[in-house]
Amino acid sequence: MTRGSGPRARAPRCNQNSGTQVTDTPMTTLETERTLLARLRAWYSAEDANPTKRVQFDRPLTPWLFVLPQLAVVAIFFYWPSVQAVTSSFYIEDPFGFGSTFVGMENYGDAVTSSQYRDTALFTAFFCVVVTALSLGLGLLLAVKADKVIRGTETYKTLLISVYAIAPPVAGLMGMMFFDMHMGPIKDLFALFGHDLRVGIDYWDTAIALITISVWKQIPYNFIFFLSGLQSVPVPVREAALIDARSGWRRFRDVILPLLAPTAFFLLIINITYTMFDTFPIIDVIVKDKPANNPMTLVYKVYLDGFKGNDIGGSSAQSVILMVVVAALTVLQFRFLERRVHYG
Amino acid sequence: MAGLSLQGVGKTYSGNVDAVTGVEIEIADGEFIVLVGPSGCGKSTLLRMVAGLETVTRGEIRIGDRVVNRLDPADRDIAMVFQNYALYPHMSVRDNMAYGLKNRGESRAVIDERVAEAARMLELGPYLDRKPRALSGGQRQRVAMGRAIVRQPAAFLFDEPLSNLDAKLRVSMRGEIRRLQRRLGTTSLYVTHDQLEAMTLADRLVVLNGGRVEQIGAPLEVYRSPASTFVAGFIGSPAMNLLDARVEGGRVVLEDQAIGGAELPEGPVTLGLRPEDLRLVQAGGLALRLDYVEELGAQRILHGFVGGQPLSVAEAGAAPLSDVVRVAVREDRLHLFETRSGHRIERAGLAAMEPAE
Ligand SMILES: Nc1ncnc2c1ncn2[C@@H]1O[C@H](COP(=O)(O)OP(=O)(O)OP(=O)(O)O)[C@@H](O)[C@H]1O
Ligand SMILES: [Mg+2]
Repeated sequence: MTRGSGPRARAPRCNQNSGTQVTDTPMTTLETERTLLARLRAWYSAEDANPTKRVQFDRPLTPWLFVLPQLAVVAIFFYWPSVQAVTSSFYIEDPFGFGSTFVGMENYGDAVTSSQYRDTALFTAFFCVVVTALSLGLGLLLAVKADKVIRGTETYKTLLISVYAIAPPVAGLMGMMFFDMHMGPIKDLFALFGHDLRVGIDYWDTAIALITISVWKQIPYNFIFFLSGLQSVPVPVREAALIDARSGWRRFRDVILPLLAPTAFFLLIINITYTMFDTFPIIDVIVKDKPANNPMTLVYKVYLDGFKGNDIGGSSAQSVILMVVVAALTVLQFRFLERRVHYG
Repeated sequence: MAGLSLQGVGKTYSGNVDAVTGVEIEIADGEFIVLVGPSGCGKSTLLRMVAGLETVTRGEIRIGDRVVNRLDPADRDIAMVFQNYALYPHMSVRDNMAYGLKNRGESRAVIDERVAEAARMLELGPYLDRKPRALSGGQRQRVAMGRAIVRQPAAFLFDEPLSNLDAKLRVSMRGEIRRLQRRLGTTSLYVTHDQLEAMTLADRLVVLNGGRVEQIGAPLEVYRSPASTFVAGFIGSPAMNLLDARVEGGRVVLEDQAIGGAELPEGPVTLGLRPEDLRLVQAGGLALRLDYVEELGAQRILHGFVGGQPLSVAEAGAAPLSDVVRVAVREDRLHLFETRSGHRIERAGLAAMEPAE
């Protein structure tokens, strides 16, 4: 999971991801505390065995002081909400905030038996597969084409990645304009083919808009990673392949692609995380305040049920389920996919 | 198997960089040709044009009787060994060797047989299932050789294949390459900037300078009669002494000392003396003011000055030396070059006279 959680952690993700760590809360018996203290003291006063490795701080606690702000951030925005989420998933909260009732697993039961929840889960899976496949595929395609043209030219790369500098809500807004019911060019485009595109009203039209914008937003990220991956394939190796294989497709499949596998694996995890969590703002812009039955991801449903529907218990249960699923997915990826990845 | 022919081959890179100009080489079937020259003289460019990794700006390259100028590298029936091996890091040694054959649609049986044969020749048997990263530099080099051998190509192309190895391994791999090539009889084009490697491997040397061919010839021929001061200075180690001399009255005069006859018009001339052709003598000859001495064990190299010009002498003795020693050279070992152009003045111009001792 360490690699899956990119530098782009946002609030909705924090709530879900953290569950595995919840069980790690140390059991503070007196016994362990005493030995811990003793060990700490011994460590504090001990001479460093290896003088070349001696740290530059005169007190060993100083480095911890530097780490403290980060630890505080993790604790406040990560551990604490997770504990809250797990706890409140066992309660039904009074809608007006007058206390709550313990209901055990009932919230979980309600979530998994609800047909609406299952529909959302299905859509999320579909959305995840389609967006990941499209944005990885298109990113790779563009990178391969660009790699041929620009071997080593930095300015192009910077220009090409600049799309990624657009924040998701802005991307969502821009996408929304493209898909706008009254003046969007995409609507006109679809009209050419005789389809009346009604984003935010028609389920599948909305889905198309969500997928398009999410893919569009993610392509530059994948592109830049694939491009730098491609550019790090040694030139002589490409040339050896040029002598060994006439067909460009074969060279790509047999030589380039395997060398790109570590990049692809990393991107796969990043992209799944992206579709699951980071598409939240895009969905928000597209479906917010639309009364119709619109497609959404599980994360958005958690938010909707919790904050719009005021069902804190139910939405907490959903978020815990989601967290477990994502954790399982990540473990699976590492166990079964990483084996097939060749690292340099 | 086939010969190789380069006719008027030239390469101009973008930005009007003339890397190779007017190269004419005819290579017989089975010949081992070494391209040698200083860094940046266009050796790699020439080789890569033959391989098809670089477009040919001018001229014509033939492999056998096919003009290959516009053929894909894979269609040229060549195999290349790269300086840094260029093995496929994700494939086992076996797959590295088999990959080219697979793409040519050879049958499983043929592939297995050829890989096994190459592995036997190169003693790679125990490593067939390893990945390249689990091999030493020398082993990787052998895999790269194996990959070339299994293709049974019309020609081998080598681009400084040994320069990443340590000195000792380089010598043994050099021998191995030569033996393999003899045994397979495959036409080979080999690039190196190491003149020793060039001398020991080549049937014929091609000395390049600034993208042009300076001289083509058998190693000894090039050593004995270098076509220019450039070749003279490049082939042979320690390098040939090149000294400013004059022709006066039918004699070659160096620092007021006549050292041989020459039927040449009066004027300046460049005199070439191989350090190993010079001998210490008791009397006569040239007075060499010693600067320092390099002991190499089997021989020592004396560096000093004749008049104002540096001169080095390779000598096998161990006798103590005074500050000024006297050296002499057999007249038939003198080399003369036009001072202006650097071209060799042929021996006909040297009169047979008594040794200048
Ligand atoms: N892609 C290129 N674009 C422009 N000039 C190039 C290119 N490749 C090589 N050159 C130039 O062509 C000349 C010959 O280069 P080449 O690589 O053939 O030299 P070389 O003899 O192989 O040298 P070395 O022994 O250092 O490998 C050099 O002056 C080099 O700067
Ligand atoms: Mg080179």
